[in-house]
Amino acid sequence: MTDYLLLLVGTVLVNNFVLVQFLGLCPFMGVSSRTETAIGMSFATVFVMTIASLLSYLVTTYLLVPLNLEYLTTMSFILVIAVVVQFTEMVVHKTSASLYRLLGIFLPLITTNCAVLGVALLNLRLQHGFFESIIYGFGAALGFSLVLVMFSAMREKLANADVPTPFKGTAIAMITAGLMSLAFLGFSGLVKI
Amino acid sequence: MNILLAILVLGSIAALFGALLGYASVRFKVDADPIVDQLDALLPQTQCGQCGYPGCKPYAQAVADGEAINKCAPGGEDTIKKIADLMGVEVQPLDESHSQGDIAQSNRPKVAFVIEEDCIGCTKCIQACPVDAIIGAAKQMHTIIIDECTGCDLCVAPCPVDCIEMRELPDTIHNWQWDLASIPVKQLD
Repeated sequence: MTDYLLLLVGTVLVNNFVLVQFLGLCPFMGVSSRTETAIGMSFATVFVMTIASLLSYLVTTYLLVPLNLEYLTTMSFILVIAVVVQFTEMVVHKTSASLYRLLGIFLPLITTNCAVLGVALLNLRLQHGFFESIIYGFGAALGFSLVLVMFSAMREKLANADVPTPFKGTAIAMITAGLMSLAFLGFSGLVKI
Repeated sequence: MNILLAILVLGSIAALFGALLGYASVRFKVDADPIVDQLDALLPQTQCGQCGYPGCKPYAQAVADGEAINKCAPGGEDTIKKIADLMGVEVQPLDESHSQGDIAQSNRPKVAFVIEEDCIGCTKCIQACPVDAIIGAAKQMHTIIIDECTGCDLCVAPCPVDCIEMRELPDTIHNWQWDLASIPVKQLD
């Protein structure tokens, strides 16, 4: 149990996917201009990442490894992720039309969020078991959501701030992201896994 | 042989997922885009056409297709804010070109007023009124039902003798708004 908890905390804070491993930067910059969108994106990503890491574990362990087809991992993972994203899109469209409208193009673009493929491949490389894979995927998505929502809150404040002209817009956002990344370095060494 | 197995495995995964998605697309089918009806419900239904569309429903359709949300003058900022919430876009100030000039500046509710001695009874303003707030008949003097008038300004232009003007409503306890009498604040750069 402690192992799982440590794995979760370690993935969320210490090895944060966005700010420490630099995965999933596109949605991090793209959907962070409003907190509302960021929260919606976070929920969708948590769902997709958790399910995708679960399914990709099953596909590898019970299909690819017994048949000696490990070279197909990346391809089959992409297939898995695409299906999960499509499924999520349908569910979101059905359940919340306004969230669907808010997320717009970024919902199908979760497919190309490298953090999702990254978590599946890292699960494989770190030789995680069934529950570890799920927790790792969930933790990675939670970490992604955490920094995405925090970052969007900061960007909303920045929109009203008196920023010098050369730094306006994306430039100040990049600097903010860099500073956040530095701040997250403070977590390194908190959990050793 | 190995290649065939690989193709078979990937193919079967794809077929399985395809079936899943096919089922999901039936299960989670979205009937129609209700956004136009929701937008239409937010608009004031004066059918005044100041937005440049023939009425509220066509404008709702246009907003759903990506038209600017700030063209409804009778709805004012309140409606713009509600539309912005629904569409998930930023609130924009009312587009001045779609509001009635001085009315937008003074922000006070106005109604049309027929200067009755000049009225020739041409009925052109009656045809223009979207809310049937003008009564009168041919060759008879017209007048405005103040309670019905939305201040949409559409009757002013058709009048051949310019006998309609927009007048501010007198303050009564029913329409007095304390926030309109605020102290003007100017931002200095």
